[in-house]
Amino acid sequence: MPETHTELVRIGGMKQEDLAERERRLPPKEKREVLFDVSELRVSYHDLPALKNVSLHVYGNFITAFIGPSGCGKSTFIRCFNRMNDLIPGAKVEGTILYHDQDLYGNDVDPVEVRRRIGMVFQKPNPFPKTIYDNVAFGPRVLDMNGNMDDIVERALTQAALWDEVKGRLKKSALSLSGGQQQRLCIARCLAVEPEVLLMDEPASALDPIATTRIEDLMHELKRDYTIVIVTHNMQQAARVADMTAFFSVEVSNGHRTGILVEYDTTPTIFTHPNDKRTEDYVTGRFG
Amino acid sequence: MNVSVPPIRLGAGPRRGVWAGRIFYALLLISLAVGFLTLGTLVVDVFRKGIGFLDPVLLTEPPSADPNKAGARPAILATIYIGLLLLAFTVPIGVGTAVYLEEYANKERWYNRLLEINIQNLAAVPSIVYGILGLAFLVRGLGLGRVLLAGAMILTLLVLPTIIIAAREAIRAVPDSIRQGAFALGATQWQVVWRQVLPAALPGIATGSILALSRAIGETAPLLLIGALTYVAFDPTLLGAFTALPVQIYIWTRQFQEDFKLLAAGGIIVLLAILLTLNATAIWIRNRYEKKW
Repeated sequence: MPETHTELVRIGGMKQEDLAERERRLPPKEKREVLFDVSELRVSYHDLPALKNVSLHVYGNFITAFIGPSGCGKSTFIRCFNRMNDLIPGAKVEGTILYHDQDLYGNDVDPVEVRRRIGMVFQKPNPFPKTIYDNVAFGPRVLDMNGNMDDIVERALTQAALWDEVKGRLKKSALSLSGGQQQRLCIARCLAVEPEVLLMDEPASALDPIATTRIEDLMHELKRDYTIVIVTHNMQQAARVADMTAFFSVEVSNGHRTGILVEYDTTPTIFTHPNDKRTEDYVTGRFG
Repeated sequence: MNVSVPPIRLGAGPRRGVWAGRIFYALLLISLAVGFLTLGTLVVDVFRKGIGFLDPVLLTEPPSADPNKAGARPAILATIYIGLLLLAFTVPIGVGTAVYLEEYANKERWYNRLLEINIQNLAAVPSIVYGILGLAFLVRGLGLGRVLLAGAMILTLLVLPTIIIAAREAIRAVPDSIRQGAFALGATQWQVVWRQVLPAALPGIATGSILALSRAIGETAPLLLIGALTYVAFDPTLLGAFTALPVQIYIWTRQFQEDFKLLAAGGIIVLLAILLTLNATAIWIRNRYEKKW
């Protein structure tokens, strides 16, 4: 079956067979570990709804991508997983996110402890204005982690595929690194506190294509040990890295825009035979 | 392919705004000149008059009725003490207030907004008003008396708003992405403030504090009002009578003997030197720590 150029682009330069092969390698539904059980999640800012009624499962050791047009609430949604929305005045989260069967928004939950286990990488690399070493050591230090700090730093930088590039200049400012290196440093910084989950909010959108590829390769590496959730506006990226993809869209009522979850399925399904017309329009580039 | 192109004339357009530009540039130079000439005249005049009295006697001797034996030692010492006390009082209170307003306060609450507006207003209150407050509240109300500590406290109140505003600016200049990054690693609010925000804001806070300090050191009016003495022959103590360098200069200029006026010029040079050192320190801190970014 000859593939057209459009089809290749639409699935991120991957062949249909490759995607299908990846789907076959995913564990069957009953064998997947549900790490996050999100049900009826609603987020509002100053009583204006930003995201409504999202329910989905995030599976352990999967890469899960959230895609959708601007303003569809995908960033708002990913920030619910480590309670970063708590820091925004006027933000209100309702519904439940069960993580290891505990409600992340339960009364006895300490957001600081949540963030230790669920790390986050931001859209724009945000290294601290400190040395490379101190950037990685910051998390373990504030959490009073045991162990030799030099080892912790080396291990985290190695995991983030940055060690070879920076081992000779650990005491140099992190701001002397290139954008792609800074982003991998931010990933290393997260890994240093030994989280279980990595949330990535458009981690490559500020990077050039080569640095982007490195981050994507890294995600495949990290998948073995971590559960990764990524927000991306780059559909090809989702197709390349994600096992599961959730498509969000915007609903406009009375001039107010609210994000909704349209469809959530395995990445090959979302990109090759989605069930919802809106998803198909989006992934084929007719909308968005 | 030969297509004849009409010649483009680059030199013959209407000369719009040429004169307006020249006049504006001239006005800029005039503004600059006004500032420089005033300062230059002042400095040259002061140096011409005061250089003869700028000697060890001025620095090491107490005041005297004989201008040739009179010095400003107690006043210089008192000014240094007041400066140190000011740093000790204003920096913790000022930075603490700024941290509260920027990092902790819910800006939607009316009392926090009221606080903000008040601080901005306080920065514009004339120093003499602070002097009156000091006299009524510290010297008489609290019964501190006309002592150095009261002087330092009143100058603290005077410059606190300025320091708070400077520290807030410095804290606000720390990008939010730094806070978010630290929070996302499981740092507590306290750790974020103490380990990320304050170190990053430090150059700005230090610069603002020192500039405010140098303003306070040159203040005369509130100190006169709370009763800095005209004649102090002994080294100052925390709870003793005192005078300060600007007060001493003011007093000397009011003496009838011409030599005292020259002595005052000498005192002004010393005060200028202290202020210049402070400001140079501020600039040095700013440059040194900004380079690391």
